[in-house]
Amino acid sequence: MNENLVSIPRVPSVLARPLGLAPLAPLSLSLNAFARAVARNHPGLFRRLGDHAHSTFVLDPTDLPFAILLEPRGGAPKVSVGRGAVRGDARIAGPLAAFLGLVHGAFDGDALFFSRDLVIEGDTAAALALRNAIDDAELDFADEAARLSGPFAAPLRRLIALTERRMGICLSRPPEEAAW
Amino acid sequence: MELTVGANQFFWTPEAWSSLYEDLAHTPVDRVVLGELVCSKRLPFYQDRIPAAVTTLLEAGKQPILTSLALVTLKRERKMTAELAEMGIEVEINDLTALATLPEGARFSVGPLVNVYNESTLAWLAGRGATRVCLPPELPIGPVRTLAQAGRDLGVAIEVWAQGRLPLAISGRCYHARRHGRTKDNCQFACEEDPDGLDVRTLENRSFLAMNGVQTLSESHACADYQVELLRDAGISALRLSPQTGDFAGLCRLWRQRLDGEIAPGEVAAALRRAKPDIRLSDGFLTGASGAEWSGARAGS
Amino acid sequence: MEIVCPAGTPAALRAAVKAGAHTVYCGFADETNARNFPGLNFSREEMQEGVRFAHAHGAKVLVAINTYPRAGSETLWRQAVADAETAGADAVILADPGLLDYAAQSHPDLRRHLSVQAAAANADIINFYARAFGVKRVVLPRVLSVPEIAAINAETEVETEVFVFGGLCVMAEGRCSLSSYATGQSPNMNGVCSPASHVEYRETGEGLDARLGGYTIHRVGRDEPAPYPTLCKGCFTAGGKTGHLFEDPVSLNAEQLIPQLAKAGVTALKIEGRQRSRSYVAQVVRNFRTAVDAQAAGRPIPQGMLASLSEGQATTTGAYKKTWR
Repeated sequence: MNENLVSIPRVPSVLARPLGLAPLAPLSLSLNAFARAVARNHPGLFRRLGDHAHSTFVLDPTDLPFAILLEPRGGAPKVSVGRGAVRGDARIAGPLAAFLGLVHGAFDGDALFFSRDLVIEGDTAAALALRNAIDDAELDFADEAARLSGPFAAPLRRLIALTERRMGICLSRPPEEAAW
Repeated sequence: MELTVGANQFFWTPEAWSSLYEDLAHTPVDRVVLGELVCSKRLPFYQDRIPAAVTTLLEAGKQPILTSLALVTLKRERKMTAELAEMGIEVEINDLTALATLPEGARFSVGPLVNVYNESTLAWLAGRGATRVCLPPELPIGPVRTLAQAGRDLGVAIEVWAQGRLPLAISGRCYHARRHGRTKDNCQFACEEDPDGLDVRTLENRSFLAMNGVQTLSESHACADYQVELLRDAGISALRLSPQTGDFAGLCRLWRQRLDGEIAPGEVAAALRRAKPDIRLSDGFLTGASGAEWSGARAGS
Repeated sequence: MEIVCPAGTPAALRAAVKAGAHTVYCGFADETNARNFPGLNFSREEMQEGVRFAHAHGAKVLVAINTYPRAGSETLWRQAVADAETAGADAVILADPGLLDYAAQSHPDLRRHLSVQAAAANADIINFYARAFGVKRVVLPRVLSVPEIAAINAETEVETEVFVFGGLCVMAEGRCSLSSYATGQSPNMNGVCSPASHVEYRETGEGLDARLGGYTIHRVGRDEPAPYPTLCKGCFTAGGKTGHLFEDPVSLNAEQLIPQLAKAGVTALKIEGRQRSRSYVAQVVRNFRTAVDAQAAGRPIPQGMLASLSEGQATTTGAYKKTWR
């Protein structure tokens, strides 16, 4: 079921390759700050995870040389970035743009899973809970980053701008069509 | 506990159909449900034999009960359902449509394909004249216990599915016909070739389901051999046995011996396996994690 | 005609309403409704807020309480009916006779619809539900053809609602234990079918196996689409033939049948998919609103509007065309 007729862009390898060598600690720290900000602004997201609020999720952008371990920890989330084998209860793999499109409501999760643009392994129920919770949260990463302050705010905003410009990847919610 | 023989779910030749009821007359069962449960197109093949079968059963001291269809959609099926009450014997409703057409105040039984999951529904049915309810096979022992208690308070006998392939689903589409590339209206009675249903296997070649026209059954044969004491303690008043090919009358006798304590738990299952070494048994709906589980496997038998 | 649209989350409810839904249906986050999936459904507060939002935009909210209450625990279901009324729901969608009886006695002013999970497939039983419980609308099971629906409407005053888009049950709804046979979790008791908790995708040398409760339901090549392992749409072998013996992994699309359904006297068109994302819901709702508005204005239904939503996946008009059987 490929309901999203758009082809999903891949991160060009010229951009991805340097990340394979770069130190990951700064990225982990930035993402952690980001996740904590999202948790503050969207407490409902963690309530919606229900029984899975303490599961661990590996998010593996297949076009980037690292994977992200997301631990919601019932609302006090922790994010770490690793190369090689990152383990968790559920693993979701796919191009970065698929993840971001899902978060921003540009793509339908079922459609991405069925078309295998996103692949789930491990605890399927936990992965579904995460997907549904994120869909309900109506997140907007660009907006979240804009609201962020502190040492990681500026680099994150630069990264987002670069990603959008260079790759055509969706980092904000698409504007809603006019209501009836 | 008593024994009830449920409606034959399969499409047998008229001769085999008649001999089932002749044989049952000589078995220690208490009541026998007969008539067409699954597909209205089958009924004309043996309809004229029903009165004789009813007479045979009555003369043998068994209570005959007529089943309704499990899914009533067509005009002809509605007519069939409305006419059930006119036969003058008790009706077992297996689709609430039959309840809609029964005369007000008539006593009736409720079959395993009506959704009786809780005390309120049981009480509502009792209020309309239900005297006996065979619970849906998927109910676990906990709710079975609660409903048996409620049944006692309401004066409704509660029955549990104890033997035979489990009715898992009913559809508007005929799968036997579909497998032969035909539509339901032009099925050419493909289901007649499989008097116990057609094995449906998974991609790793594991037995899983059995196809029976518009009905889908379990491939495993339910067998509550290890739950008899549990069900008796719960206050269940009858066990239901579902007809299958082979020595079904012998199986009925075995179950009577099991209920009378003449044979030990596990002996019905052992006899089934002697008769058909590759038979798979299940009792998971009652006491397992899923319907397909078999407690005898844990017991190492 | 009224379009009745799914909402698995408050965000989807808002998306559906903004996209033109006349009516939204949803459920509480527990086993009282037939889409009891992880991360879905509404808390009591979210339901109140959702109803407020919908009403402010001129849309209705129906609350599905359409599983079969568990013996010994009926309070949970009765409380759900009471809370739906408190939240201001326009109707509840019920399947269990005991619960319908309770709702009719204890909440007489709360409108009652008969859920598809009751599989009421003929006029006799529909009229019976109306007499016994004051049911005002029935959601018809997906086993009927358009002429059969017309015949039902000719014999009943009860409004009829039919599915027009999304997932498709091939078995009579509420009469199926395939899922609990394989996994222990059933639509009737737990509000789930082929639950995600029992799904396992396994990469093999040749491709991907999708397993449910330990049974391999699908096997696809490396880059082929991998349908969710729903039991009745699985791939099996019987009598030497291997294939989708019950139903292909298709979804329902009866968009082009809207004029016939209108002529058959259908009141409302239902879209399946409370488990789908808000973006999917918005797209489908927008398309169906355009279609029913065209129908009302006597214009032809735009051709293939929803093609982009079902591209790559086969669709069917299901039982609405008699040959499906």
